[in-house]
Amino acid sequence: MKIKGKKRDYSGWKSWLYLLPAILFLGVFMVYPLIDVFVYSFEEGYNSASQTYFGVGTYNYSYVLHDPYFLQAVKNTLILVAVTVPLSTGIALLISVGLNSIGPLRNFLQTVYFLPYVTNTLAVGLVFMILFKKTPYSDGLVNLLITWFGGNSVDFIDGPYWAKMFVLCFYTIWVVMPFKILILTSALASVNPDYYKAAQVDGTSKLRTFTRITLPMISPMIFYLVITGFIGAFKAYSDVVALFGTNLNAAQMNTIVGYVYDMLYGDSGGYPSYASAAAILLFAIVLTITCINLLVSKKKVR
Amino acid sequence: MKVVLQNLTKKFPGRGRKNPAEVTAVDHFDFEIPDGKLIGLLGPSGCGKSTTLNLISGLQRPTEGRIFFGEEDVTLLPPEERGIGLVFQNYALYPHLTVRQNILFPLENLKGKDKLTKPQMLEKALEAARLVQIEELMDRRPGELSGGQQQRVAIARALVKMPRVLLLDEPLSNLDARLRLQTREEIRRIQRETGITTIFVTHDQEEAMSISDMIVVMNAGVVQQIGKPQEVYDDPVNLFVAKFLGTPPINVFEGSIQDGRLYIGEDAVMDMEEYEGEAASEAEKVQDKEAGSGSGRQVYVGIRPEGFILRQDGPFCCQLAGVEVMGRDISVVSTNKAALAPAVRSIISTEDREKIHGTQVRFALRPRKVFLFDKETGERI
Repeated sequence: MKIKGKKRDYSGWKSWLYLLPAILFLGVFMVYPLIDVFVYSFEEGYNSASQTYFGVGTYNYSYVLHDPYFLQAVKNTLILVAVTVPLSTGIALLISVGLNSIGPLRNFLQTVYFLPYVTNTLAVGLVFMILFKKTPYSDGLVNLLITWFGGNSVDFIDGPYWAKMFVLCFYTIWVVMPFKILILTSALASVNPDYYKAAQVDGTSKLRTFTRITLPMISPMIFYLVITGFIGAFKAYSDVVALFGTNLNAAQMNTIVGYVYDMLYGDSGGYPSYASAAAILLFAIVLTITCINLLVSKKKVR
Repeated sequence: MKVVLQNLTKKFPGRGRKNPAEVTAVDHFDFEIPDGKLIGLLGPSGCGKSTTLNLISGLQRPTEGRIFFGEEDVTLLPPEERGIGLVFQNYALYPHLTVRQNILFPLENLKGKDKLTKPQMLEKALEAARLVQIEELMDRRPGELSGGQQQRVAIARALVKMPRVLLLDEPLSNLDARLRLQTREEIRRIQRETGITTIFVTHDQEEAMSISDMIVVMNAGVVQQIGKPQEVYDDPVNLFVAKFLGTPPINVFEGSIQDGRLYIGEDAVMDMEEYEGEAASEAEKVQDKEAGSGSGRQVYVGIRPEGFILRQDGPFCCQLAGVEVMGRDISVVSTNKAALAPAVRSIISTEDREKIHGTQVRFALRPRKVFLFDKETGERI
């Protein structure tokens, strides 16, 4: 008995030892900063240089929630999320189904569709500049097309709000697509072909096979993509910078993460308290949306 | 519905540089399946039995030959227009649908004049469920069912449209031994009750023999023998069929025929007169004698395990290796230099147990359980 007890203690001690590096790392670089941010968000006028603040309260939240720049950023982010997540998932599903049902060139096309994933964000941003930006020499490729068809050229990068939002959504969809296609093609390929044979023998139409068999079979993967898509779109920042430069507030194209960054390091920066409050608000939004997603998926996905 | 296969052939093209050779999965298969019978397609894996099933179902198109359901040529019809029910090896039940929804699925696909109202569909689904005795499981999902229950649901789904032909692909291979025994009786019962011509594929000879009206033994795409299970067992046309049917399998020895006697090793085990028995005609006997009398024809001798009689003065001598008790009878394991397999198995009744002693066993043979095969072709002599 004694030996047994000793052995158990020993193994417990050992497992904690194995976990220690990860715990230390997570604690120092994740848990502590998270708590710190939460604390800062309630400390008014916190100064990171002098480590001082005036008082404790919800003033930071009140300021951020009344800041037109923050409201603009929230609006932009919400539009981005609402447009890109369903569209990119839907288009990726169509492309994956297409890829899955063709024989020749399949591997080649799969590689082509995956290329944006391994391409540098800023390089892609540059390509979009060429497509959309007006310069003294050209109006950009897209404007060439628009004028070709008899439309008026639009300044997509420095022009009206809807044009800029269109470019941002287009860009985001294009960038997230490869990963979704990758996940969905493998999900589709993992569906046992016997189901399709059974459906065929029963005379099931193509559409019904897709909606009644294929979709439910791959629904866990679709929900995974929707959840990660939501989170990813809420955290959008680098894409926006790649397209519209760093002065996002002036361009009316800021996102919540961009707002947090500007509050910390931007030209108008130096306000860690406001940044913390905004970050906590973003966290709350993402948490809520993810919880809703999970609840819905529990009901819908087996 | 009678099913006729005419000259049915399926060839698969070679793939890539590694296997450029064309593969003939089914080779000129001719067979008329009588109406309302249960047919077992039997053979080792890769013998083309599943391909044959796929050809009948329409999931694959034959390279050559025709398929008729009754008088109707269905060779070019897609599966959904053939009126077949197909049960897959892994059942292919839709996991996200309940049992009821699974059984309803084929009915919901009906269009035009065949379209049913919802109550009609439910009625039919319940009828099918009753037939396979799963009506109390209708609201469960396939994941919550045992293998045997899933099998029944799959059969119900295949039967709900009242197919002209029911096809089962390895229906019992995913079940444990006890359930297998039970389910095969069940399949037999369902087939009898519905009277639907049923074709099933299996690699398990016991399974095929026990429930089929007729069995088709295939090897390497070629039909070896077609017949009633007992007939095929008692009268195999070649060495392959003889080896494939029966558990424990048939014992094969190298032997020779000399002066009208069959020799295994040194032992003259049997007179050829006995082997030919009364069945063979006089003409055949003469022919065989002429062929056999030529200075000792080399043959393979197949002896079924139940073809051995333990006798002190028996002509056939083997070295005793062990005795396996199986309850009803015992299996004597022995070795013989002329045997192709390391162990010779013979089944004798338990009462003869005390006759075994020493290192040798002597057997007499039952002529009807002994088969001779040509050494080159493997054909029955």
